[in-house]
Amino acid sequence: MAQLATANQDAATAASGGRTKRKAFRMSTVMAVLGTTPMIATAIGVFVICIIYSFVLSFTSSRIFPAFDFIGTAQYERLWSTGRWLVSVNNIWLFGVLSIAANMTVGFLLAVFMDQRIKQEDLFRSIFLYPFAMSLVITGLVWRWILDPNYGIQATVQGWGFTDFSFAPLVRAETAIYGLVVAGIWNGVGVTMAIMLAGLRGIDAEIWKAAKVDGIPTWRTYLFIVLPMMRGALLTAFILQCVGVVRVYDLIVAMTQGGPGIATQMPAVFVIQHITDRSNVGLGMAAATMMLLPVVVLLALQALIQWRANRAKEAAK
Amino acid sequence: MTAETLSVPAGSRLLEGPRGARPKKLTLSRVGIYAFLVLAALFFLMPLWVMVVTSLKTMPEIQLRQIFAWPREITFEPWLKAWDTACTGRDCNGLKPGFWNSVRITAVGTVISIICAALNGYALSFWRYKGANILFGLLVFGAFVPYQVVIYPLIIGLREIGLFATFPGIIIVHTIFGMPILTLLFRNFFASLPVELFKAARVDGAGFWQIFFQIMVPMAVPITIVAVILQVTGIWNDFLFGTVFAGRPNMPMTVQLNNIVNTTTGVREYNVHMAATILTAAVPLAVYFISGKWFVRGIAAGAVKG
Amino acid sequence: MQHSVSIRDLSLNFGNVKVLEHLDLDIEQGEFIVLLGPSGCGKSTLLNCIAGLLDVTDGQIFINDRNVTWEEPKDRGIGMVFQSYALYPQMTVERNLSFGLRVARMPKDEIARRVARAAEILQIGPLLQRKPVELSGGQRQRVAIGRALVRDVDVFLFDEPLSNLDAKLRSDLRVEIKRLHQRLKNTMIYVTHDQIEALTLADRIAIMKNGVIQQLADPHTIYNKPTNLYVAGFIGSPSMNFIDGTLNGSTFEAGDGTAIPVGAYAFGAPGSAATRAVLGVRPEHIFIGEAAQAMPFKAEVEIEIVEPMGSDTLAWTRIAGTPVTFRCSSDVVINVGDRLTVGFDVARGSLFDAETTNRL
Repeated sequence: MAQLATANQDAATAASGGRTKRKAFRMSTVMAVLGTTPMIATAIGVFVICIIYSFVLSFTSSRIFPAFDFIGTAQYERLWSTGRWLVSVNNIWLFGVLSIAANMTVGFLLAVFMDQRIKQEDLFRSIFLYPFAMSLVITGLVWRWILDPNYGIQATVQGWGFTDFSFAPLVRAETAIYGLVVAGIWNGVGVTMAIMLAGLRGIDAEIWKAAKVDGIPTWRTYLFIVLPMMRGALLTAFILQCVGVVRVYDLIVAMTQGGPGIATQMPAVFVIQHITDRSNVGLGMAAATMMLLPVVVLLALQALIQWRANRAKEAAK
Repeated sequence: MTAETLSVPAGSRLLEGPRGARPKKLTLSRVGIYAFLVLAALFFLMPLWVMVVTSLKTMPEIQLRQIFAWPREITFEPWLKAWDTACTGRDCNGLKPGFWNSVRITAVGTVISIICAALNGYALSFWRYKGANILFGLLVFGAFVPYQVVIYPLIIGLREIGLFATFPGIIIVHTIFGMPILTLLFRNFFASLPVELFKAARVDGAGFWQIFFQIMVPMAVPITIVAVILQVTGIWNDFLFGTVFAGRPNMPMTVQLNNIVNTTTGVREYNVHMAATILTAAVPLAVYFISGKWFVRGIAAGAVKG
Repeated sequence: MQHSVSIRDLSLNFGNVKVLEHLDLDIEQGEFIVLLGPSGCGKSTLLNCIAGLLDVTDGQIFINDRNVTWEEPKDRGIGMVFQSYALYPQMTVERNLSFGLRVARMPKDEIARRVARAAEILQIGPLLQRKPVELSGGQRQRVAIGRALVRDVDVFLFDEPLSNLDAKLRSDLRVEIKRLHQRLKNTMIYVTHDQIEALTLADRIAIMKNGVIQQLADPHTIYNKPTNLYVAGFIGSPSMNFIDGTLNGSTFEAGDGTAIPVGAYAFGAPGSAATRAVLGVRPEHIFIGEAAQAMPFKAEVEIEIVEPMGSDTLAWTRIAGTPVTFRCSSDVVINVGDRLTVGFDVARGSLFDAETTNRL
């Protein structure tokens, strides 16, 4: 219908003064381009040129300032033999898998519980979401304080008489990362819950009715019927988290500074350190390019899934 | 009514057995649900509690090492110290300068990034010039790119045009990195408006800027509120860009906070540190509690991708 | 067994809003009863109460003589078909049909037998391994019916099952549902806002308005002897013509003074003195030409609008000053401005008390 109206409009305006219309149209297009110069600058300048620039620099021996001497893949070789980097990669995987798994599970559980027609649902939701309003720096600092061996939970519980109680993950290299995971969950699970809850609420009410009439118990309905229907929300939550995990910087700096030692080093921290204190831009850029890789892979994967889904839809017609 | 309707005389309608609403049994599962939620709520509230009580204690009381205990003697001195005299590196002027820096950065950054994103969304929805979709695709791709990949070139670039470590510099950086999500937000919003609105305006002879300011902007109030909430929270809470691009005179509050806490010079005044965290968290928390449902809507909107 | 489904004094309030008020309804074994009414009249609410998906505020529900007022839906012996089909999207048709039975831990061969039987009756055998997204609307609805079938219950509940389908599919599936009822002979309670579905499918129709059953009767009675003005205006397309006036003994005096003898009308109760009344006549009961001459009441009218509808023609005119439509065969040529004699027999019409809106 709209197309018919447009066609008529265009025909009408074309019939009367087509030339002035074209001129006005071109002027407006110029204006549109003008109005979106920031977008053009950003999209091309930052997300294309800068990325290429970083990529190019990873093949140079830049220290503090960029140097354009081509040294092949030396930086990458150096990178993959640097303990600091290897630990970073290890850590990001561990941190990522733990964080995402815990976040999705707890987020889903919280969403399911919140979906049960709770009185005070708004109050609970406010409580679960407010940590997200707080900076990751604050999150890191507060949790560091809470997990402090001398003043935090460990000391407090010991003060209650349990003199053998020990709970200070941040001091030991093997457990420091778990402290980070807990702090990250505290900050982020509210968002996951909100997304999942929105997904839950979007399920057709009649599915619930049908399941009730069929006699399917509630927990089975959630797991086997509703959860598979929530693909969109699950994917959104998952992707948001992946993006956040790869970028994690503020939390590390505030909570552990990468320590103890290099036990909680992360790629993002590695890159920033090398372009600032450690004055090794080439190495840093190599690391940065490595960071970009999983993102590209993930996006390509998503595009592939999308493409195949569209193909299936076309075939079903 | 005709004779076919009631087959039982009207006086004796109800038969034996249950009637009316089902009795609400306080089942184990109901109790369990509330128990779980309350426990979860306690977990989430605990750090806030710790922040508050620690900030109100004197140092000797902190030495008592009871992190959850309410202060026996409440003192606001840590707060004053955090605000006025705490040392962030070389300067010892407290968080005060950082607060005002953050206010300026957030205010200007939010306004500019939203104007840009609104224009982008508007242009992408209605004007779609050649290549616009590719640009938008790049923008969306940029939303996923880890900042560290582009940070160094940005430093070099800003240095070249003399804006590195300046106020305009940090504003530009925030605009750049806020653009993908905000543009998505506005584009989806404008795309949901009836296109006839736009066409009618074109037929009336209005041009790019006229349509934007006179028709689209007044209609975009709800999404602008969401965008404001997202940006205010995001910019205020930012740390990475603040450390790299703001420069010492414009150092935002989050950076100052980190300096206060992590510069180990002498006695660590934990109560001052906690007071400092509360002061830094105050603005986004206030935005959160005031905006209520809009905040949730913002997350949902930012999270839902095209 | 007394009745298949019995509802006694059922009331449902949502907060302060009374959605259903003191409803009584008895449904016989094997009856196909339709709950008909516009949006918000409470018909879906009533169905959900019968199903156990909604808690009632007061009253009782009996299914097969068992008081099920507090029972879960799965224990009430019902199967339900929904407007949006509500098929589990990630499961194949076969799994959709059998999921409830598997949860109830029924033996596998019993499940297979029931699924096969449902597939045979509804002719969805070839679709068993497909997922709902691969099916057409009509196929999905048949699977939805199948899901109720495998439960082997006595009472089927239908919640506007054809509303999501296009017109052609709707009439096809309507016939299938009728065939299904003839074959299975189960009690079927069917909710719809479409009067054609109601008139074609029902053994009895319950017309509802604002949570109250206006009339419960077979389609013929509802059509020809509506119990109040609301039912009269709701059923019938195009709707019944209404003429306001006063009833004096055996004469109906229309607003503009035209006198219509109503002696032949079958009054329900002895008429009282002059009452304001409404006379209702259906368009197809107003005749022209020869048939009009035989009618007890005749009038000379001028045709104002003519609407040719293919199979017949609808004409607009005025009788006793009130706009009135009548139907005639499309073979007859009528033009705007023609002066004709039209006539009708009051005995086939309806008289309603203007105050109480009830049938006289």
